[in-house]
Amino acid sequence: MSYLLEMYSLSASYGTNMVLHDINFKVNESDFIGVIGPNGGGKTTLLKVILGLIKPSGGKIIFNNDLINGNSIGYLPQISTGDINYPVTVADVILSGMMISKRIISRMSVSDKKRAQAVIEELGLSGMADSSLNELSGGQLQRVFLGRAIIGNPKLLLLDEPGNFVDSTFENDFYEKLRDLNKRMAILMVSHDIGMISAHVKSYACVNRELHYHPSSEISNEQLLAYGCPVQLITHGEVPHTVLKIHS
Amino acid sequence: MEGNIFQYGFIIKGLLGAVFASITAGLAGTYIVSRRMVFLSGGITHASFGGIGIGYFAGINPVIGAAVFGILSALGVEYLSVKQKIREDSAIGILWAFGMAIGIIFIYLTPGYSPNLMSYLFGSILTVTNADIIALGIMSVILIVYFGAFYRTILYISFDESFARTYSLYVDVFKYITTALIALTIVLNIRMAGIILVLSLLTIPPNIAMIFTKVYSKIILWSILAGFIGTSTGYVISYYAGIPVGATIIFTLVIIWIIIKVIYQIIRVLNKERTNKQE
Repeated sequence: MSYLLEMYSLSASYGTNMVLHDINFKVNESDFIGVIGPNGGGKTTLLKVILGLIKPSGGKIIFNNDLINGNSIGYLPQISTGDINYPVTVADVILSGMMISKRIISRMSVSDKKRAQAVIEELGLSGMADSSLNELSGGQLQRVFLGRAIIGNPKLLLLDEPGNFVDSTFENDFYEKLRDLNKRMAILMVSHDIGMISAHVKSYACVNRELHYHPSSEISNEQLLAYGCPVQLITHGEVPHTVLKIHS
Repeated sequence: MEGNIFQYGFIIKGLLGAVFASITAGLAGTYIVSRRMVFLSGGITHASFGGIGIGYFAGINPVIGAAVFGILSALGVEYLSVKQKIREDSAIGILWAFGMAIGIIFIYLTPGYSPNLMSYLFGSILTVTNADIIALGIMSVILIVYFGAFYRTILYISFDESFARTYSLYVDVFKYITTALIALTIVLNIRMAGIILVLSLLTIPPNIAMIFTKVYSKIILWSILAGFIGTSTGYVISYYAGIPVGATIIFTLVIIWIIIKVIYQIIRVLNKERTNKQE
């Protein structure tokens, strides 16, 4: 099997503060990995290393050729840093996801615009192409940013705590959509909210300075020790849940 | 009647000045208004007065001094805000006053009386030279080519800079180039509207445009149109009433903005009442 990306004894630091240490991790093209762990544990840093925004301070990261050429990685940031009062339309924002494969001078072609229209319809945003962002609800806004992440048909989609600004009525649709997308791209989804991670996730990576990978859908109470204090899952029953094995 | 040729040249100069000022201010203004850089632009404008003072003192063209000061201060603030080692608004506030102080000191030290000083503060079409008009014309061409070629890149970087960093290595390059062009635009328009008023020439037209549209490219076009109507009307009024042109232009633009805003509100209320009645 060919991997989309491989990490070998990778470490990453902010100054002298080592955030990731000795990470060995592989992602293949059909993966849907939930990346969990406490705040400050290095989850977002892991995504930034994959995006090339942070250079590893040690070890190596190997990308499959598909990830280097053209539309490679789609990214939905934790909180959108874009100013929602900025004069930009829904179609414009989604199209900006195409810039990854564009030269800085090029214009958007008719086929790019058709593709944007297809994404708009796929994400249930029909009729909103020319709306400005401040006219949208939180859930619609998130779909716009998801559209920006997937318009380039990436092989790998990185989601940083997408649950943070999903409105609850859309949450289920959102995860259903991710399951569809997972048929054509690998997904790495960061979540600090371990109790609420989607049932569609196929495997888990626990990140707290180090990374522990749980290949199948298993979960353990010990794994929650990554939080640094005893925690427990609280449910009202009937909720499907997974127990991961103890970190070796 | 006075000499027709003089009058004719004067009108052409005013008209070209209005066209080029509207184009440059429309493009630069849309960028600074949507990126919320109005205060930074105020800092650049006033800092450039330092260059004007040094230009007077050293006997070189004050516009060149202002351009150097404007661009350096703009890049300086942009650089500091990227590094985030300093509060950006404080940095701008310091720069603002420091530039003015340097300007005043050097003009004071310059022997003799500086008759054109007031024209830099308030703008005057009488002291605008052909070279000023040509410079504004060249600036218009540069801005049209730059924004035309890199429209989407500029739009996306200024909308969501940190996302842009995930796909483009040129985010900082674009930010610095655009900021330098904005600074140059401001300095060249100082001759028309003056240091104290030029910022409004950049900020009012996009705000008029945003009443009609929220699409970036359309804001630019509407801004240029609104700017042209404001500057040419202000120019004519100032000519016949014999009042300073910069102040007249700004006054006209604000009046246009208020009138359109009020009309737009009335239309909205009427539309609402009509749909209410239909229901």
